[in-house]
Amino acid sequence: MKTEMICAGFGGQGMLSLGQVVAYAGMYDGKSVSWLPSYGPEMRGGTANCSVVVSDDEVANPMITRPDIVVAMNKPSVAKFVDTIVPGGYIFVNSSLIDTKVERTDINVVYVDTFKIAHDGGNPKGTNVVMLGAIVQTTGIISMENAKKALAYSFKAKPKLIDINLKMFDLGCESVK
Amino acid sequence: MEKTLMKGNEAIAEAAVRGGCRFFAGYPITPQNEIPEYLSARLPEVGGTFIQSESEVSAINMVYGAASAGARAMTSSSSPGISLKQEGISYIACGQIPCVIINMVRGGPGLGTIYPGQADYFQAVKGGGHGDYKLLVYTPATVQEAVDITYKSFEMADKYRIPVLILGDGTIGQMMEPVVLPEMKDPATFPSKESWALTGCKDRPKNYMTTLDMDPDRLEAITDRLFDVYEQIRQNDVEYEEYMCDDAETVIVAYGIVSRVAKAAVNALRAQGKKVGLFRPITVSPYPDKALGALADKACVKKFLVAELSKGQMVEDVRLIVNGRKPVEFYGRTGGHVINTEELIEVIEGGKR
Amino acid sequence: MEEKIVFKKPALLEDKPLHYCPGCTHGIVHRLIAECVEELGIAPENVLGVAPVGCAVFAYEYFRCDMAEAAHGRAPAVATGMKRVHPDKLMFVYQGDGDLASIGMAETVHAAARNENFTVIFINNGIYGMTGGQMAPTTLEGQYSTTSQKGRDVLVNGYPIHVCEMLSQLKGPQYIERVSTHDAQHVLKAKKAIKKAFQYQLEGKGFSMIEVLVACPTNWKMSPEKALQHIKDEVTEYFPLGVYKDRG
Repeated sequence: MKTEMICAGFGGQGMLSLGQVVAYAGMYDGKSVSWLPSYGPEMRGGTANCSVVVSDDEVANPMITRPDIVVAMNKPSVAKFVDTIVPGGYIFVNSSLIDTKVERTDINVVYVDTFKIAHDGGNPKGTNVVMLGAIVQTTGIISMENAKKALAYSFKAKPKLIDINLKMFDLGCESVK
Repeated sequence: MEKTLMKGNEAIAEAAVRGGCRFFAGYPITPQNEIPEYLSARLPEVGGTFIQSESEVSAINMVYGAASAGARAMTSSSSPGISLKQEGISYIACGQIPCVIINMVRGGPGLGTIYPGQADYFQAVKGGGHGDYKLLVYTPATVQEAVDITYKSFEMADKYRIPVLILGDGTIGQMMEPVVLPEMKDPATFPSKESWALTGCKDRPKNYMTTLDMDPDRLEAITDRLFDVYEQIRQNDVEYEEYMCDDAETVIVAYGIVSRVAKAAVNALRAQGKKVGLFRPITVSPYPDKALGALADKACVKKFLVAELSKGQMVEDVRLIVNGRKPVEFYGRTGGHVINTEELIEVIEGGKR
Repeated sequence: MEEKIVFKKPALLEDKPLHYCPGCTHGIVHRLIAECVEELGIAPENVLGVAPVGCAVFAYEYFRCDMAEAAHGRAPAVATGMKRVHPDKLMFVYQGDGDLASIGMAETVHAAARNENFTVIFINNGIYGMTGGQMAPTTLEGQYSTTSQKGRDVLVNGYPIHVCEMLSQLKGPQYIERVSTHDAQHVLKAKKAIKKAFQYQLEGKGFSMIEVLVACPTNWKMSPEKALQHIKDEVTEYFPLGVYKDRG
């Protein structure tokens, strides 16, 4: 079993971090993982994305051309990646910023109003964590337990933020149940 | 052994420290910046020295000085910066000064791109700077392998008194993968370099480090010695991986990031019952010529396909070694493009050139 | 009769004939370095040196201490690496004008800015000696060289570089002085400056550079005597002697 995921959005929307949490959790699950950022000028305000592979076997190729899962936090990301998803795969659309609908019918489309959920939950900056919850709940790419462990680890430098982000994660899960 | 998730560049930097590196000089260039950034904080913690030099040229010469003075020293850069270092590398090779040089290769020529490339192969394995010399060149394909190679490189550099070049690429540097880090070595336990290093001539004749010798016999002897050492490495320390080559009819030859794409292609084709294998050199200088030659002699092998991020550089070495025994085909991409799995499968199946 | 030694070779100098041309004052400077080291009570085993590319390329043959021969212009970078590994050693860097002020200017400026704790002995003879007399960054206005055969034309070749003046504008360096070797009195002054630079280094005070005006009779196409007179009359006019920076 191998899952390939691309997380894309504006720089600052936390897509690289989201990908890293998935990679950490996959590692805690005992899987082989890789995380590869798009690096370069995109880091400074353009579209940033990363490729994450979580696999039972050794990760052969860390670069993804046909993802199983795409996370699109902004419109350009939908346009760039929607046609690359394998049939039966998933796209998670941040409907707070993206008002269009995905036309493909051979993939699973999950709309998540990340900003409303994060805002109502008391942490408007937590949109990426809300999205993470939705992804884990829907796809099971990583275990729930290790997703939370990896999420907490990602805030090790700011421990005060752990609880609120675990709440964001749960709200994300709830939103797609 | 606990696994941690690390970026290639940072993992290499930490592995260098654990391997005894106590001096680093470098200059900013993408995509290797995490190496100097990490070491600027890390080296002082272990009593080492980090210098952000005024240029690549200066950085390699600081390494020349520090390594001549007996320290385990390293510099890192990416393609255009490595070109600037070539003068210093030639001196270091001639002086038989052990050190480690990292090249996180980007696409070129010129300023090129910050995206991955493999077009510095010729520069790495055929010399690079002026004069007759060779480097020991490793090509890691995973972050763990980059760690293991970096750690080992300092040993190999000291053992053979040769500069070691680690030929990575932007992907290896930027990617995060789980790694197990090796144990911290204590430089106090390293073998003495007193016979040649510039440590102060206490209780011994003076040492000097020069690459100038106007006596033709002596300079020829120096050059011969460099190549004797290289031959010893070729006999004893070349490294490679064969993947599903036992009954392979088509053998892909690839290194670094492309070897991973190739492995994915081999897996996919094997799943369809197609007899495809991968030969992955880990040292490209010296090249694992005996192993590749043995594959060329195997009856089942019908052809080789060399895949690179260049217009065809390693393919020349492969053709020299295969020496007409089997056809050697080539597929390459440049400009910062990385060959993808589907593309490579198409090439193998004959649909793409 | 009791014998008293009144003159001897300093321990830092090898017993070897120098390859320098007749009338060249490189040899004097080599000796000054060795005398200063000795007078400061430093054993050769506690000295490290770097030789340049240029006429002094074989300097490591003449000093009895561990030395590196650097690529052209890179001596301050090589010295930086060595000194950082052995901060307890006295480190001198020997460079000519082409090496220091042309191809190696970046290394010079940045070593000074970092206030690296070593001493650069900058030999300024206004010419590329070893390669046969080409124009240097310190070749005087109007001066003949094999690449300025009608004399250095500032409209074509630009102006000579005043290195002491330039480096003294930096905040980094500890001590910058220009001295000369054209007569005994000035040689003694030069020695005093070198000794002071070494003293500062031993105190950990950082970068010092002593620019030494040196004669090149061969490439100036002058007799040794006339070459010294030329330094006195012309070179010191263009490159005034004195202390340019001393942070004390």
